[in-house]
Amino acid sequence: MIIGIDVGGTNIDGVIIENRKVAKKVKRPVDKENLFDTVYGTLKDLMHDADKSKVRRIHLSTTISTNAIVENTIEDVLLIIQSGPGIQNDFSQQYEHVELIDGYVDHRGKVVKDLNLKEIDAIKNDKKYKSFHSLGVVTKFSTRNPESETKIKDLLKDDFEHISVGHALSGNLNFPRRVATTFLNASVTKVFSSFLDNIVRALQEEEIFAPIYILKADGGTMGIDDAYRLPVQSVLSGPAASFMGISALEETLVDSIYLDIGGTTTDIFFLADGMPLFEPLGIEIDGRKTLIRSIFCHSIGLGGDSAVRVAKGELFIGPERLDSPLALGGKYSTVTDAMAVLHLIDFGDREKSLEGIRSLARELGLPEEETARKILEGCAEKISETVENLLEKINGKPLFTVREVLENRKLEPKEIKVIGGPAKVLAPFIEKKFGLNTVVTKNSEIANAIGAALSKPTFEINLHADTAARTLSVPEANIYKKISGRFSPGEGRDLVIDLLEKKGASIGEEDFDVEIVEEDVFNMIDGFSSGKNIRIKGQIRPSLLHDMRSDTVESEK
Amino acid sequence: MKAKNKLGLVFFPAFDWAITPTHPEREERLLYTKDQLFEEGVEDIDGIDLYSPEIADAKDIERVHFAVPDVASRITESHLVSIGGTIKAFDLYFSGKADKAFALVRPPGHHAHRVVYGDRGFCIANVEAVALEHMRTKYKDLRVAIVDTDCHHGDGTEDIYYNDANTLFISLHQDGRTLYPGTGDIGEMGGPGGYGYNVNIPLPPGTGDQGFLYALENVVLPILEDFKPDLIINSAGQDNHYSDPLTNMNFSAQGYAILNERLNPDIAVLEGGYSIEGALPYVNLGIILAMAGMDYSQITEPDYSPAKVSQSKEVTRYVEQISEIVMENWRNKEALAEAKFRHMDVFELPKRIYYDTDGIMEHQTQYFKICKKCSGLNHITSRSDGGYRVKAITVPRDACSDCLDEGHRMYKNAEASFTNVYLQDRVNDKYYRR
Repeated sequence: MIIGIDVGGTNIDGVIIENRKVAKKVKRPVDKENLFDTVYGTLKDLMHDADKSKVRRIHLSTTISTNAIVENTIEDVLLIIQSGPGIQNDFSQQYEHVELIDGYVDHRGKVVKDLNLKEIDAIKNDKKYKSFHSLGVVTKFSTRNPESETKIKDLLKDDFEHISVGHALSGNLNFPRRVATTFLNASVTKVFSSFLDNIVRALQEEEIFAPIYILKADGGTMGIDDAYRLPVQSVLSGPAASFMGISALEETLVDSIYLDIGGTTTDIFFLADGMPLFEPLGIEIDGRKTLIRSIFCHSIGLGGDSAVRVAKGELFIGPERLDSPLALGGKYSTVTDAMAVLHLIDFGDREKSLEGIRSLARELGLPEEETARKILEGCAEKISETVENLLEKINGKPLFTVREVLENRKLEPKEIKVIGGPAKVLAPFIEKKFGLNTVVTKNSEIANAIGAALSKPTFEINLHADTAARTLSVPEANIYKKISGRFSPGEGRDLVIDLLEKKGASIGEEDFDVEIVEEDVFNMIDGFSSGKNIRIKGQIRPSLLHDMRSDTVESEK
Repeated sequence: MKAKNKLGLVFFPAFDWAITPTHPEREERLLYTKDQLFEEGVEDIDGIDLYSPEIADAKDIERVHFAVPDVASRITESHLVSIGGTIKAFDLYFSGKADKAFALVRPPGHHAHRVVYGDRGFCIANVEAVALEHMRTKYKDLRVAIVDTDCHHGDGTEDIYYNDANTLFISLHQDGRTLYPGTGDIGEMGGPGGYGYNVNIPLPPGTGDQGFLYALENVVLPILEDFKPDLIINSAGQDNHYSDPLTNMNFSAQGYAILNERLNPDIAVLEGGYSIEGALPYVNLGIILAMAGMDYSQITEPDYSPAKVSQSKEVTRYVEQISEIVMENWRNKEALAEAKFRHMDVFELPKRIYYDTDGIMEHQTQYFKICKKCSGLNHITSRSDGGYRVKAITVPRDACSDCLDEGHRMYKNAEASFTNVYLQDRVNDKYYRR
């Protein structure tokens, strides 16, 4: 028995999956002020007549960190940043409490200029220093050599409840994003930890002794230890849960588009040969670009509640939601009202919908029904336009080898899968606009919770070996060590796979997909010495505990 | 973070291409540049966009080069991608998608001449010339200035534009008497159709930031001011850097950035530069920031010291003298041309070209017809120690009908002793070989 819970913006969805079937589902409104009560209440609802001893795992996709960031209820963080030479970022403008320090590490991981310990002392002696409980430490190229970050952490560890260091959060290069990721991780640690403490305690009280997994934005989960250490990885996991839900309900083997059409927004996802496309660097949240790995998700302001208006003889749909549909007593015409006018849904007071669409029709000089149809066609058009722009960007991304350019692998969607409230009505319009087979996923109203329940742990690691300098680093596994000058790419590959397998096992998983994502080997020649520069990226890729394609999804009413 | 100028960056490090595994032109060359650019978060800067290359056509090559025996046997896929990347950069600029564009691509190209038997100076096809001539099929009357800041004389680009008054070529380089390829003397001023529009500024070994910027301020910029180009291209070689293993100059990343800010090129194309760890990451970052109109003042090499970019008094004096002579020539180019070509119908230019990378020796003579109506039909006869005997005819873009007809006649009537005969009909954008 698996429990999957997805906390959304308005609703929380919970499911129990047993014997590859949905045994129970619960939907409740979210109380943002008391997120724990919302989750706990949902859990109790789900479990009240279930056999607690049969629960094998609990999967939770939560907005606790996301909300804290977006609503700025995060903790104050002191950031210590070592930029070194190069681009001058205005970190002091972007973050409230920043201490910039001297020294730097170069791209090969060599400490060119050491820390100035007097500066660290001066920071300690600042009168505001004692008011911070959370610290973030980031240096440029710390993934190549974390020495300075670690040194600062060791010097200050007694003064903070929590310290986030940049190199521990991602092995990828991008200093400004590392700063943002570190800041966010440090700032949500407290709120996330106390939330998780409460969940753990509540489960104990309920005598549910199954392991907890927290959903991430990359379509996977993390174990509870990682969740305490890397709470920032839990942000924006909702879209990924929906994505994984569609994957569980429908088989996808070719280049495809997934659409999650909600009340206010439409999330757009892509798959290449059935595998999810990822954000190239990481997610953006609250205007901050991060290194948080994420399934590619582009959100546009288009949904059932999107306001529709006419200006200068032209129809505009969204991007804002101003009110509920007219049919439900709202003040503005919406996409849903257009559906009601066309008898495509039976929803609220159709007379009110008709009234609104009629006034738009007058402005356009068109019949009502045609106006309503134009609105729905307009939705499909808006999605199609966005998809086209996204594909141009995705297919134009920089390539680094002749082979890749000659192969010219372009993403060319062959089919579309849609979930969400307005999905069924809009699907034929989307199908027509795209000219692609468009499938409305069954049971799509709980796809998000199903996705949360069935996602397996994911993990990415980056190995960087330099046989001339005889150094090896795997930041995600906190490995920085000396190697022999004869270290080979094969050994690197073995190490990456071994680390990923150990990681999987440590989270209690038996069966997971480990793969090498990228592997580059460079001959290095420097005067008379030579060596190899080996870079390997490996991952436990997103996958499902099982799919739910062949089974009918059943639920208690 | 926002760029003042919208910069299109075609970054193509060709991580699977090398001349040989230990050659300076090997896979590793832009590896640390990539690390630096990615760690700095260049791709996240608002206004800087990264693009992938396209693949150039054989016809793009034929427009500029006589590949012997043909394009397919001389030009590799890697070159077609590198050129395609450069064409992409030009496209970004001309389409208005970017205010400026930088083709940070390899393999490089500025040593590739019109006739191509193989690889010389790590170059087979002249990347920016091919891209520029591709653009000129659409934008016919472009006045273009190419400023070559590679440490080696841009002899290939000089060769291609030697008779073209609409393409000003300025090369700043270490004096050819002290460095490959040995050419680039002040006296190489152009053919009869473009005399004075080939400007060489040979600098002495040991020239530092001060000397380069002196030549820029006192020669390059005044000439550009006179010439008023529609387009400025920087052949952005980076081997004037003090840490470059193949050269003897004292230029820095700051120097390169300042030069780019003042030169203000519309398009830059990477050429050489083989201090891949100590210079390229910083020079490339400097050029990118300068082109994007951003603050580059805090870019420094790890081993930088003022002493490394200083120059002797003798160098300073020498650079001043050279600059004076070059400017004198520029001012008097019409009179000098008159004196040089007055009694000639055809200007003959013999050359011996060594393909150092491939070990081929070529002997050729170029014949420039002096025509009152256009820049003049010209042709090359060439033989290599590989046994080829080549006649290569160019009908220039601005050819008059007489020169056009004569070019086609010459192609048809070429002597049987030539193993390969080529015709570039630039007027009709048609290319023939037999």
